[in-house]
Amino acid sequence: MSACLRLNPIACEAHGECAELLPELIRLDDWGYPIIDESEVPPELLGLARRAVDFCPTLALVLDED
Amino acid sequence: MSGWLEGHPGLPRLLAGLDQSGGPMTLAEHSQVHGELPHRSADELIDSIERSGLRGRGGADFPTAVKLRAVASARRVSAVVVNGSETEPASAKDRLLLSRIPHLVLDGAMLAAMAVGAPEVVVHVGDSTASSLAALEGAVSVRPNDPVPVQLVTAPAGYVAGEESAVMHFLNGGASLPTFVPPRPFQRGFRNRPTLIQNPETLAQVALVARFGEHWYRELGTTADPGSALVTITGAVAAPGVYELAFGTPITDLLEAAGGPAEALRALLVGGYFGTWVEASRATALRLAREDLRSVGCSLGSGVLIALGESQCGLHESARVIDYLARQSAQQCGPCTYGLRAIADSVDALASGRAGDHERDRVLRWVGEVRGRGACHHPDGAVRFVASALSVFGKEIEAHRRGRCNARPAGFPVGGVTVRDAVGGRARNAVGGRRR
Repeated sequence: MSACLRLNPIACEAHGECAELLPELIRLDDWGYPIIDESEVPPELLGLARRAVDFCPTLALVLDED
Repeated sequence: MSGWLEGHPGLPRLLAGLDQSGGPMTLAEHSQVHGELPHRSADELIDSIERSGLRGRGGADFPTAVKLRAVASARRVSAVVVNGSETEPASAKDRLLLSRIPHLVLDGAMLAAMAVGAPEVVVHVGDSTASSLAALEGAVSVRPNDPVPVQLVTAPAGYVAGEESAVMHFLNGGASLPTFVPPRPFQRGFRNRPTLIQNPETLAQVALVARFGEHWYRELGTTADPGSALVTITGAVAAPGVYELAFGTPITDLLEAAGGPAEALRALLVGGYFGTWVEASRATALRLAREDLRSVGCSLGSGVLIALGESQCGLHESARVIDYLARQSAQQCGPCTYGLRAIADSVDALASGRAGDHERDRVLRWVGEVRGRGACHHPDGAVRFVASALSVFGKEIEAHRRGRCNARPAGFPVGGVTVRDAVGGRARNAVGGRRR
C-alpha cells in the first residue's frame, strides 16, 4: 500500500490550503502555487495528506493510493 | 530551400523525386519514385517498424512501434491522427511534407490505420499553411482506393495548439488547449477512442519502411539512431531550409548541406525553441545522433537547428524567444502563466543590462521550480531553453551589464497569434465540417 500526492495544475487556483495543512510535503512558489513532493507519502503523514486533499477548494489535489 | 547532403550515399529518401518547382508531387510521380504500396498485415508492419528502430519525429523521440502496438492492442475502435500543426516557428519540415509530398504521408497514415484498425484518419493541418491544405485536398481526391476516409482539419494558431492533448481536445470539440493527462491519447483520444497520433515525418518514414523493409531503413544512420531525418536548418547559414540527413552525420556536414555558415558561429540552438543552446565549438564536434546530443544536454526535438553568428547577440535573441514562449502559454497552470512571465521579464532585464546582482540566480531558481509543474510540457521546454541560454551566454550577460555588447539582433521569428488570442473565437472546432 503506497500513496502519492498529485496535482491537477489546470484546476489549481493557488488557494494555498494544502501548504497550510501539510507543510511537510507542500510549499508554495513565489506566486502562491503549491510545489508538491510527489514521492511516496510517509505513513505518519497519510492522515494529514487526506485532509489536505479534502480541503482543496478546487479538487485539484489528489492522493493516488494503491 | 530544401535538399540533402549532396553526394551522401542512400539519400534522398523522403525527398526523393522532389523538384524545385514548388508544387506537390502527383500520385503518378509519387508511385514512379517509391513504387506501389505493398500489402502488409498489421503484425508484419508493426514488427518491421519495431526492428527498423523508427522513433517519432514530433519531438518526443518515442519508439513508433510501441505506440502502434499500444493502440492496436486496445479492444475498442481506434483512431489515427496526423499531427501536422507544426507550431514551432522555426520549423518547416511538416509544411514541406504536407505541401510537397502529401502522398507519402497519406500512405503512412493508411498503413497506420490498417495496423491499428482505425476506421478513419484525421489530418490536423497547421493554421498558416494554405498550401498544405490545398495539396492534401488534391491528394485525397485522387486516392479513391484508400481503405479508410481522410478528414482534414485546420488547426488553430498558437504554440501549444500542437501539443497532443490540445490536439485531442480541439478535435473533440473543445478549445485547443492542453488537458490534464493521463489519459493519454493512446488510452483515450479522438472521440474517446484509443488514438495513434503521429507527426507527418514519422508516417512518411513508416510508408518507406513498409515498402523497403527494416534492413533497407537501417542502411543509413547508426545502430542506435537508424535512418534519415528531416532537419530545418536556419539562422546564420547560406541556404536556410529543410534538409534530409542520415543520422550519424557530423553537425559540420549539416551546416554544409545548408550552404555552410554565413559567418563564424557563436552557438547553435538545437531542437528549436524548446531546445538547448550549445557553444559552436562544442556543437561542431557532435553528430546528428541522440547519444551525442544527450552528452551536451540536447535532443533533436522537432528537428530544428538554428545557427547564431559571432556578430549576433544570443542573449538578446534568447530574451525575445522566452518572451514569445511566455506569451504562448495557454495560461491554464499557475507556474507556467506566472513563472514563465517572471522568467521572461528577468531575462529581458539581463539582456537590457538593468538587472540586479542576483537576477541570474533568481531565474535559475525559478527554472528549477517551474519545471514539471504544467499539465503539458510547455513550461519544461521553455525553462530548458532559458537554462541553456544563461549557461552559454554568461559572457554576454556580463557585457550587457557593462553596456558593452556590439552584436546585432538576429531576428528569430517570434510573432504570431497566441493560443489565448485564438480561444473563444476560431479555436472552437466542429469536426465533420470537412469530411471527404
